[in-house]
Amino acid sequence: MTATPTAAQFEKPRTVLGKSGKALEDRLGIAGGIRKQLNKVFPDHWSFMMGEIALYSFIVLLLTGTYLSFFFDASMGEVKYEGSYTPLRGVEMSRAYASTLHISFDVRGGLIMRQIHHWAALLFIAAMTIHMFRIFFTGAFRKPRELNWFIGITLLTLGVVEGFAGYSLPDDLLSGTGLRIADAIMLSIPVIGSWVSFLVVGAEFPGTEIVGRLYILHVLLIPALILGLIGAHLALVVKQKHTTFPGPGNTETTVKGERIYPIYAAKAGGFFFLVFGVLAGIGGLAQINPIWLYGPYNAAQVSSGSQPDWYMAFLDGSTRLMPSWETHHLFGHYTIAALFWPTIVLPTVLIALALAYPFIEARLTHDHAPHNLLQRPRDVPVRTSLGAMAITFVMVLFISGGNDVVAKAFDISLNAMTWWGRIAMLFGPPIAYLITYRICLGLQRHDREVLEHGIETGIIKRLPSGEFIEIHQPLGPVDSHGHGLLEYAGAPVPKRMNKLGSVGRAVKGFFRPVVEKAEIQEAIEAAEAEHAERTQPAERPSVGAGIDD
Amino acid sequence: MPTTDELDGMTAEEAMFAGANQDGVQIVHRRDRFPIPGSKVEKRAEFAVSLAFAISFLAAIGFIIVFIAVPFEFHMPGKGSQTFAIYTPLLGALLGISLLAVGVGAVLWAKWLMPEEEAVQDRHDGASPVEEQMLTSATLISGLEDTGLARRSLLKSSLGLAGLGLGIVPLVALVGGLIKKPGRQLQTTLWTTGVPVVFSNGARVGPGDLQAGGIATVFPGVPGGTTAADSPTLLIRLRPGQVVRPRRGQAGFGWGDYVAFSKICTHAGCPASLYEQQTGRLLCPCHQSQFLVTEDARPVFGPATRALPKLPITVQKTDDGSTYFIAAGPYRESIGPAYWERR
Repeated sequence: MTATPTAAQFEKPRTVLGKSGKALEDRLGIAGGIRKQLNKVFPDHWSFMMGEIALYSFIVLLLTGTYLSFFFDASMGEVKYEGSYTPLRGVEMSRAYASTLHISFDVRGGLIMRQIHHWAALLFIAAMTIHMFRIFFTGAFRKPRELNWFIGITLLTLGVVEGFAGYSLPDDLLSGTGLRIADAIMLSIPVIGSWVSFLVVGAEFPGTEIVGRLYILHVLLIPALILGLIGAHLALVVKQKHTTFPGPGNTETTVKGERIYPIYAAKAGGFFFLVFGVLAGIGGLAQINPIWLYGPYNAAQVSSGSQPDWYMAFLDGSTRLMPSWETHHLFGHYTIAALFWPTIVLPTVLIALALAYPFIEARLTHDHAPHNLLQRPRDVPVRTSLGAMAITFVMVLFISGGNDVVAKAFDISLNAMTWWGRIAMLFGPPIAYLITYRICLGLQRHDREVLEHGIETGIIKRLPSGEFIEIHQPLGPVDSHGHGLLEYAGAPVPKRMNKLGSVGRAVKGFFRPVVEKAEIQEAIEAAEAEHAERTQPAERPSVGAGIDD
Repeated sequence: MPTTDELDGMTAEEAMFAGANQDGVQIVHRRDRFPIPGSKVEKRAEFAVSLAFAISFLAAIGFIIVFIAVPFEFHMPGKGSQTFAIYTPLLGALLGISLLAVGVGAVLWAKWLMPEEEAVQDRHDGASPVEEQMLTSATLISGLEDTGLARRSLLKSSLGLAGLGLGIVPLVALVGGLIKKPGRQLQTTLWTTGVPVVFSNGARVGPGDLQAGGIATVFPGVPGGTTAADSPTLLIRLRPGQVVRPRRGQAGFGWGDYVAFSKICTHAGCPASLYEQQTGRLLCPCHQSQFLVTEDARPVFGPATRALPKLPITVQKTDDGSTYFIAAGPYRESIGPAYWERR
């Protein structure tokens, strides 16, 4: 064991590390504060990784995006393409489109950077979405964490806007059609629509300014907001500490896990490289957004099967399902376009509902106490079912965003797909609510069943009377009837014998067993025996103690 | 807190425990993965982790070599080296392996070689002690009293006015710089009486250019006509026997078996360009609005509400005796998506 440096050594450090440490400490006095952060305990659960994936993909976005900005020219000025992609040579196009072709074909390694950037954007928003599901279904948004829920919803919204802005920059036919629709959405806003459109676009669509404006939004304004909010999001997690599922050491007042330094840091740092590695692999191996196949934007052209990036698809779907309900002759001769409802009103309502949810729930349940322990989704059937309802609604819209693709792939009438979407949008969510509610109750009952009667061992016993019974393994002490006395505590109940954790790995080695030297083997066994002695668990009832009646 | 003398006698691990205690962290379980050093299993674990890091290095070298040495320039098939097709996938695979290997190595390092540890930390959350709250609010109140804002109402209202003014300035500056009056731009297009009908390459369109049932995207033959977003127009030659039932006031807009409609969908502005000539249906691929050409492009399915505007066309004889289409007048309605003041 290394001895800790003595007080005398602190006075006069001799190593380089010691000297620089003292130099810093003399000036900043941060030893105590730093140690507190290094010793911070972080709980471990697979579902806590979703937010990490979002954070790491954002870092990848910053890295690759900065690279792309060295080559991209956010101008709508017309040029004749003279680059090395032969099929488009001589075609008139905007500088934005030409420079995107330049990145894809004439910059060494430019294409992989573009593709990693695009995949990372898709993953960023997907990971935020799944992270939000985790927070929602486990009740992590409850007091005292409502503020972080707001920041999260804002981040998700900003992420979608940021993604759409970036997707529109290359000024290709696919994204240009998306921008055309975005302009129509702005036009649809009552009273000020045409003014908003002209303010944003700078002229009648497409004008000559929109790509440049989206560029500065995409590379400066929105990323700065996202970065700042991520900082606040993480600072709040540090201040309020992470939520945990209930269990030994995990209570309302304590959190159990590994200290940040060194184990958690090694795992989280490694996980960053895993996320980056997957993105780099996909970015090289899986083509995405091949803008050279679409051609430059042209108001007269469109291709069938035009789908936006996944996170915009639900809005595309809601627009497709909207009946042709345009309001005419309002106050004389004014119009509210059908487009207004599914593209402005719907997302506004969705975001407002998400923001308000923590308060709606607190008001309905009269639960205003602070909570640090997470709930299992089955234990809060109403919330879980509401979540399932919301996901079903958005999924119907998402599928409808590609209903032409579905219709083509399965040879279904396009109009039938639209009608399916309209009906499913209304009736799918309540059905999902009912089904989810029943599943939650079933899971709850099974937990109680196992706590009361024990785990099914699969061992069948014949009694002297001739009756066959299955032997159950109780999880704890039992009463005189053999019924378990353990109460349900909001933690997972083991339901299979090998979940009881009494069995370790019998043999080490993958292809053949590892044989240690005799003296080492002896020492290992002695150490294990001593360890087992020290950590002897409380006596457990053995198999068959509780006979099911 | 232990004294320096006590700390002098401790091992690093013991002192770490003391520090953790200081921070409200109790290490309830801590055990070396390999209490007996030098076992085969330990060496294997160390080897596996090191192997991951070594693989990462090799893949990184491979990435650098491919990046520099493999030709990446695009060539049409049969017109030169096709290595560009594997360039990006190779880079992705090598960079992916290099990064993944570091990630795998670091995670295995933590899981296999670093000690097992379970630590429990007090949360210490919730509100501060009441004394703390009282002191802070007293500081705030005293500061507010020092400023005198509570009693100096003139100061308060003038400061409020200053804040209001400076708050509005950036808004005005931003909006004032960006705002553009839409005017009549949304109601008008480049199509006016006598404007020649041309293809996208500028060639004029005549009655002999389309076969029965055929369609063509045509533009106004004026400067900027082919690029303006509201000018694309669909010229349709009906099949023999197909009759268009005109909307009110649009009789006589066609010429012979030709009719012309705006190509810009009245729903969201995409080009409605998929034409089923047997049924006369026109589909917009963006949101699947469908228009029936034989009923003057009336919407029959999907979210579109209004018919595609119809362009009145006629023909003009040139000096050399050829006949070409011209617009017989402008569009009567706004092109494309609806907006508040649309007439």
